[in-house]
Amino acid sequence: MSAFGEIARNGIWKQNTSLVQLLGLCPLLAVSTSFVNGVSLAIATIFVMALASGVVASVRNLIPHEIRIPIFILIIASLVTMVDLAMNAWLHELYLVLGIFIPLIVVNCIVLARVEAFAAKNAPLAAAWDGAMMGVGMVVAIAVLGAVRELVGTGALFGGIDMIIPGSHPLQVLPQDYPGFLVAILPPGAFIVLGLLIASRNWLDARSLARPPRQARMAPAQA
Amino acid sequence: MTEAGALRTSLRTAAILAVFTLVFTLLMASTYRATKPSIEASAEAEKMKLVNEVLPPDLYDNAPLGDWVAIPPNRELGYGAKDGPQRVLRARKGDAPAALVLEAVAPDGYAGKIHLILGVDAGNRLLGVRVVKHAETPGLGDYIDPKKDRNKASPWIRQFDAKGFDQVAATEWRVKKDGGRFDARAGATISARAVTNAVRRALQYATDNRDRLYAPPAQATLQGGDPS
Repeated sequence: MSAFGEIARNGIWKQNTSLVQLLGLCPLLAVSTSFVNGVSLAIATIFVMALASGVVASVRNLIPHEIRIPIFILIIASLVTMVDLAMNAWLHELYLVLGIFIPLIVVNCIVLARVEAFAAKNAPLAAAWDGAMMGVGMVVAIAVLGAVRELVGTGALFGGIDMIIPGSHPLQVLPQDYPGFLVAILPPGAFIVLGLLIASRNWLDARSLARPPRQARMAPAQA
Repeated sequence: MTEAGALRTSLRTAAILAVFTLVFTLLMASTYRATKPSIEASAEAEKMKLVNEVLPPDLYDNAPLGDWVAIPPNRELGYGAKDGPQRVLRARKGDAPAALVLEAVAPDGYAGKIHLILGVDAGNRLLGVRVVKHAETPGLGDYIDPKKDRNKASPWIRQFDAKGFDQVAATEWRVKKDGGRFDARAGATISARAVTNAVRRALQYATDNRDRLYAPPAQATLQGGDPS
């Protein structure tokens, strides 16, 4: 089980796709104008990544090494198309919210990167878990990014949540007459906030490295 | 490796790729077939939902989605020759004209075209206007779409409800900044101006062509008569 724990830690913190690997930034930056949008995209990504990694891992022994990339792309694109069609037909309400993001996922290189780096060499269950955890890492990053941009840009949080949970309302955090800071919502704001997020993640990492190991820290506390 | 061996390897690789392609294409094709009926049903429901926003259901007793008339692309509605014919839906109550639902384009939004859908009642007054598609700046110009309008109690676009040229003359059918009667949010006039002008042109078209639009049988094509 600790292998699965390690995969989770990798996906969420050590190899976070958005903050460390800097993969799939195009949808990340385009969709993170608000918390709800960003998290919706990331949830769709979790789903597709888990599915693609699981399927590739279960047929990995049939794929010749030289043509693995075209086959991976074929598998990912077909799966996304099928998920897109199936959601449109049977989960239409959810599709109205996530639908526009699903085709975006095909071009997200995180999916191909994880399939190539992990699913092609591991058992299906571990591969699906790895895909899902990489997606969770993206949820965390995009949730913070979207929330900061939305808060600074409009003064509110969770705009558009009524599309997902009918009857709920956005949360007005700053005073109602907050004029809004448009740069945060426009593309430059995405780069600025992403840069700050990467910097703070690096800072946290550096601080935990500089800190003495756990036992050493415990000793003075007891004294 | 011998030449024959290399050839065999390439053939084998090609065959494997072909099998994968075939299998996944089959999977996609069967998914498409299995989902087609319910996707079409929801697309229809989707369209009806949009139509319902600008057409109160108690106003008519026919099926407007089936009772359409095709009109040639028309500059008053913002369409060019490239766009092809447009459909105007007709709502009737006991065979008497009740309302027209037409789509129009504002070509001069801040970020390109703004697509609108309008309901016009038999007395040439607007039942409602909705933005179908736009690319206005998020948080600035996108208040033209009531879903994005922060004023939920009275969204901007509702000021067109129940308005006709008998209340607001065509010459005054502009945003206040242009000397007209309609509000626009400070700092984001361009989007509001584009919508207001497009609504005026579309209402003018519906008013001028009222009888021609109601008269033809369902699913007919309206010929000529358009100066543009």
